[in-house]
Parts: sequence; C-alpha cells; structure tokens
Amino acid sequence: MTLFGHKAPPTAILGLLIILLNLAVAVAGPWLAPYGETQIVGGGWDPSSGASWFGTDQIGRDMLTRLIYGARMTIGIAFVTTILSFAIGIASGLIAAALGRWVDIVISRLVDVVLSIPLLIWALMILNVLGQSLTSLVLTIAFLDSTRVFRLARALGISIVALDFVEVARLRGEGLWWVITREVLPNCAAPLMSEFGLRFCFNFLFIAALSFLGLGVPLPYADWGGMVKDNVGGISFGLPAALFPAGAIALLTVGINLVVDWFLSVDARPSGAQAEM
Amino acid sequence: MSDTILELDHLRVETIQGRVLVDDVDIKLRRGEILGLIGESGAGKSTIGLASMAYARAGMRITGGDIKLDGTELRASTASYRRDRRGKSIAYIAQSAAASFNPSMTLMDQVCEAPVIHKVMSRTQAEIYARELFRKLQLPNPDTIGDRYPHQVSGGQLQRVMAAMAMSCRPDVIVLDEPTTALDVTTQIEVLSLLRDLIRDFGTAGLYITHDLAVVAQIAHRVMVLRHGKMIELGDTRQILEQPKTDYARALVNERREAEHLALTAPDKVAHPVLRLTDITAGYGDRAIVKNISLDLAKGETLAIVGESGSGKSTVARIITGLLPHWKGEIELAGAVLPPALKDRSDDVLRRMQMVHQMPDVALNPRHTLEQIIGRPVSLFFNSNRKDVRARVLELLRLVGLPTEFAERRPGQLSGGQKQRVCIARALAANPDVILCDEPTSALDPLVAEGVLKLLKTLQDELGLAYVFITHDLGTVKRIAHRTAVMFQGELIAQGPTAEIFAPPFHPYTEKLITSVPEMHTTWLDEILARRSGQILAPTSIAADEAMAHEEARRIVADPTKQGSAEWLAAAQTLQGKPGLAPDLAGLEAQLDRVRGMSEL
Repeated sequence: MTLFGHKAPPTAILGLLIILLNLAVAVAGPWLAPYGETQIVGGGWDPSSGASWFGTDQIGRDMLTRLIYGARMTIGIAFVTTILSFAIGIASGLIAAALGRWVDIVISRLVDVVLSIPLLIWALMILNVLGQSLTSLVLTIAFLDSTRVFRLARALGISIVALDFVEVARLRGEGLWWVITREVLPNCAAPLMSEFGLRFCFNFLFIAALSFLGLGVPLPYADWGGMVKDNVGGISFGLPAALFPAGAIALLTVGINLVVDWFLSVDARPSGAQAEM
Repeated sequence: MSDTILELDHLRVETIQGRVLVDDVDIKLRRGEILGLIGESGAGKSTIGLASMAYARAGMRITGGDIKLDGTELRASTASYRRDRRGKSIAYIAQSAAASFNPSMTLMDQVCEAPVIHKVMSRTQAEIYARELFRKLQLPNPDTIGDRYPHQVSGGQLQRVMAAMAMSCRPDVIVLDEPTTALDVTTQIEVLSLLRDLIRDFGTAGLYITHDLAVVAQIAHRVMVLRHGKMIELGDTRQILEQPKTDYARALVNERREAEHLALTAPDKVAHPVLRLTDITAGYGDRAIVKNISLDLAKGETLAIVGESGSGKSTVARIITGLLPHWKGEIELAGAVLPPALKDRSDDVLRRMQMVHQMPDVALNPRHTLEQIIGRPVSLFFNSNRKDVRARVLELLRLVGLPTEFAERRPGQLSGGQKQRVCIARALAANPDVILCDEPTSALDPLVAEGVLKLLKTLQDELGLAYVFITHDLGTVKRIAHRTAVMFQGELIAQGPTAEIFAPPFHPYTEKLITSVPEMHTTWLDEILARRSGQILAPTSIAADEAMAHEEARRIVADPTKQGSAEWLAAAQTLQGKPGLAPDLAGLEAQLDRVRGMSEL
C-alpha cells in the first residue's frame, strides 16, 4: 500500500487507522454517545454491563459516553494548541533565522530562559495566575510549546537562509515576508510536518498531565487526563475504571508515533531504498 | 597467482526503481596498473568505483556481472568476506576528504582503524607504519600530525591523510574517486604527484576516477571513457589523448584542448565604464579581506577576476552586490555612486546588477517551478500582469536554449547545465546592465560548461551585457574574458587585457597559477615538478626522484621535439652527462633565486 507516493509499512497503516478511529469518534461524538456528557446513569464505579459497556465513573456517569466526549475535548484542544504553537514557533524561528544578529539573539535568549525551567512548572505558575479556563489553558500550552518549535524552525531556517537562492531573493530586494513564506518555509516543511505529529502527541500528554494535577480542562467537561485523575481512587479497590481513559491515551499516543516514525524514516532515506551491505 | 588483480565482467548496476546506471562494463586491472575512468557526471564513474568493492550506494543495486578481486568472486561470497576485503585488499579515496573524516577522532585513530580492525597489524605497528606513510606523503610534522583533528589541517593535507588511510593496510587495489577535484590548482599538483609516487612505490593497482582529462593524463596508464553508464572507448592514455577513436572521446579531448588556447582575439574598446570600483576596502569583523581594489567594466565587456580560493575574489562580488558593505572607496554604476549596503539601494540599482551563482543546485528554490523562478523578477521589477510575465518567461527560456515546456518543471527535474541556464534566465529577466558570474561553470561537466560559456558569449553579443566573471579556471578565462584581473591575498596584483596577462613577462604569482593548470600531455606533471623541484617538495625520496628525473631526461633527449623548451633539453642533457649528481651550481643558484621570489609573495 502506498501513501503520498511512499510505501507505507503495516505499522504506519495501523497507526493511521488508530488516528482515523479517534478522529471519527471525536467528530461524531454526540451521535455515538449513548448518554449525555454529564448525565448520571448509575451508582459510583458500577461494573460493565449491557447498559454501560465500560461501567460508570466515580459519581455514576457512563464511562463510554465520557470517553467519547473526552476524545472530542482532548484531541480538539491538543490540535488547536499545536497549531497555535507551530504558528508562533515557526514565525519567530524563521524571523530569527532570516534577520539574524540582535533579533536572533534576543528571541533565542528569551527562549533559553523559558527552556531553563521545566515546562510543567511554568504551566503551573502561569495557569495559577491566569485562572483555570479553556482559553488560558490553550494559550499557555501553545506559548510554552512554541519555544520547542522555535528551536527546530530556527535551526532549519538558518541552514536554508544560507543557501544561494535566498541570497538571490535578497539581491532582488524581496521583503522579509516573501523570503520567509516563499523561499524558506516550503523547504523546511517536511521535517516540520513530522515534528507536528510528535508535538501533537506531547501536547496531548501535557494536557492529560495538567488535568491529572487538577489544572487542565475545567469541570464538568470530560477529558481523558481528567478522567484518569477522577477515577484513580478506584484502583485501590481493584476497580478498573481509571484504566479506560488511560488506555485511550496510550492507544492514540502509540498510533500517532507509528505514523510519525514512518514520516521521519521517509524523510531520512532516498525513496525508501536500503543500501546493499 | 595471475597478473590480473581486479576483474569486472559485464557489470550492471541499477537503481531500486530499475533505471540502469552502469551497463555491461568490463574492466581488467593488472597489478601496478592505473586505469583512468573518465566521463561527465552521471556517466557512472563513481558507481563503478564502488561496485569494484561490490558495494552499491543507497538506492542502487548491482544486478549483473562478476566482480573478481584476486581471483575470488565478491558478489557470490558472503557479506562478512566482502567486509573483510574492503579496506584490506581494496581501498577507497573519496572526493571530499573533509566530508569523509570523523571530526571527533584524531587523524591517527582514523588511519590506524583499518589495519587494527582487519588484524593486519597491532596498534603500535600501525602507528609506526602510518608515520612512515605521512613522511612519504610529505605531510608537515609527520610524527605529530596524527594527534591532530581533521579541522586542524588544510584540505590538501587532509586529502593526503586520506591516501595514508587507504594505504594503511597495503591494499592490492585502490579506488581514487576524484581525489584532487576539490582542491586548488596549486595544491592539486602536490597531491597528484604524491599519489602517483605512492601508488608506484607500493605497486598498487588503481582505478582513477576523474572528469579532467588532463589530470588522468598524468597518472593513468590506460583510460576508459564512459558515458551514460556504458563504455565508449578504452585505450592507452596516449592514444586516447592523441587519436581518440570515437566521436564522444574526441569531443571531450577537443573541448579540453580548446581551453588551453586563447580564442578571444579582439578586446572591445573600453567605452564609458558601466561599473567602476575605486579603491575599495572591505572585510569581516576587523579583518580586511579585500584591500584597495579598483576596477572598470565597460558595456559589452567581460572582466575576469582570477585567483586561488581564499584570495578574496568571491568577496569582491559580495561587495559589488552590497551583501558586504565596503568600508572605504566608491562603487559607481553608470556614473551614479551606490550606497555601500544592499538595503539602501534602490530597486532600479538592484535590477541593473544581477548575479549567477556557482552552484545551480542551491541557487534555485527546489519548491518553485521555473515559471515562478524566472517570472518573479519580471513581476517584481516591471509590475507586469500575469499574461505578460508568462510570455516573458517563455521568451527567456527560449533565449537560454531550454524548451518552453520546462516552465512547469521544478529544478529537481533538470540537469546541472539546465539549472545554470535557468539561473542565467533569471538574471536576464531583470534586464540587467551587469551580471556577476561567480564561478558559473566550475560545478559543471566540461562539455556542459562549454555550452553555458557559449550561451553567455552569445547573450553578451546580442544584449550588450557586461560580465564580471569570477573563476579559478584559467582555461575559461582565456576563452571568455576581454580583460583579466589577478587577485592574491585580497589585493589586485595584475590587471589588463587577457592576452597581455597570459603572455610573458608574468607576475610570479600569475605564472604559478598559469603553470598549475594541468595540460593535456602525459608528461606535464613531471615537467612541472622538475621545474619546481626543491621548491614545494622536500627531498624525501631523492633516490626515487632522481631515477625518475633520469628516465625523464632520457626521454627528453631521445625525443626533443615533443618537449618544446630548449632550456629543458639543456637541463636534461646536463643531468645525463653527470649521473648521480645534482644539477650544477649555477643551476642551483638560479633555482634558489626562484624560491626566494616565490617566498617573497
């Protein structure tokens, strides 16, 4: 089977199927879910039954319904966050690469400051100041994550800015916007694409981690990280409720990584060929 | 043991997609023999070189033929046997030494790696042997140079260390893949002569891959001409050079020969200069790279700037374009003084000066179509509408000799020469007065480069363009430039009509440059080395050198017509008259004077 002109290994196809499944669930959520998002259908931590396949959560909401709505929320936020983070990161990274000198130095040192403290600590600090809302969550993660994207975009940008065709554009008197969008960006699109897949994954886990710490998606919306946190108490009683959202997170992460691995390998090898030893 | 050490029989190499790269090539290499493989890029030279070690690059496969090394068929043997042979019995010297060394290991570690891994020698033995090789290759401080890292030695030295690395296991066959192409002409001579001596002293057989006929003439016993993966002609070096049988080989030889002769006769009258540089000084940081340069360029004229790499010739182009603002002096374009920095210059100034870069591969944005690439200057400088831009693009494509269907293609779908034509078309799109050409042909194959030069010449005649032509290839200069300026360490040391620059009396540096260009007869290297003996090469293997000189002298005396110079005949006769002795005192003194002259530079 070939995808985008390259032969896809079975692992990549499996990963793609997992991602498509998750996306389908996220899009069709309200129609698929047997109950309402916050509807209480039974007692706390009911075991699985015909009425609720995965049982209920700690206050009696249907686990499957919450998982479906959680996909919507978690994947949606991760997606918006990653796009935003890439917009900021690529723009600043390529501007730093194209202008160089003090612009590069100022942005790079600022990024170094942010990177010098673990992102989770930053996120806790900022979210405590801004208060817990979806908007502040998305903006905070996007800003923090963009520093990583900046590093990559700048490194790629610098190697491309040094090429002669960029010099030709400058000799022609082209502006910064043209140089960045027409000359540099198309030439670093491939590695940025694969990075997008990876960072999407990280953001997704980051939101889950924040939710787990109680600073993520506000109540009563369902999201997988938050669901793990809410149901983790049941583990002590041998109840599997927390494992369902944890499993969903694991599944999507694995799926995305399978596809990204393939992207990266396609990027690194000439047309999928291997050297004869 | 048979005399044939390496035998390729009906070799066939394909890409994974099934495109044939090398088709039905037979090579028989005897012990101690050097076979030159010559052809344009894409002819499959390097592929054959690697295939002789039963190795194929990523994306290729050896699909047919036998590869016999010392009687054993390599393709049929196991992978571990092949791995054992490589480096031990057959070694490889790559084109770019700088890219082939591990930057984080010392040279000694890398040279000793192969003999230790192959269990040919112990580490201590290997080190002693490596030092001996370093000495033979005339590396400075042979006892301590091994402790250095690759970035601490020069390109020419690195290439020599690479040769030591290849020789470290005393292989039977050595594959030399353009070992001198990345070097300066002046360094090339040294490396070439050392490689030749090394190969001869060890009795190694060699496959010498190059695109320069003049280089192969110095080192190879036989030459194989390749094209599109097929053998075109195989013969004695002398026969190929003097009586090539096939048309293609003849074209190659003639092209190279033409480069040795001055083709341009009538330099144009110097009209009012379109570009004038007065007393320009500039550099990076505190260091001045270019000092007090003054140049004039008239309409319809070509001015060549020549010099070794590092002489600051490319910096001159950067100063003229404003990429590197000059510190003092003035640049005038058609009478108007230009601001030093690019950003202060008006669009019209930018339009009137265009540039063609050395590497067409990186001078074109791989993601744009030719229509976008060539059309952009048109729409930017002339505010044309889409239809006009399209029409102009097609006109320009025709002008540079490319089919108009190419407008939709991207640079990746073009060959090197076609890409350079696109670069020229892009420069022409702005209707410039001056085009700065920074080594526009040095990344191209000889025949392709010839086509590009002809195109530039035609365009100049038709459009009255003025070229500043930066190059280190004197053959090109002789063919295209009306006037020539010679640069050395950031200064102009000579300037004038090309014919005058290339005729005596020379400036000593100009002479060195001129004599360093390989010429198309098999004895050129010996002659030039003999002429410079005692200057560049330290007397390490005096006995060998002397034996060679006598051999040479015998030949010169026997056949004086071939060699031309009377001075040479005299020297040869002197040498023959007094066997075992150095040339007489007067000769020595004259040489000393010449050495002083060189060192004062």
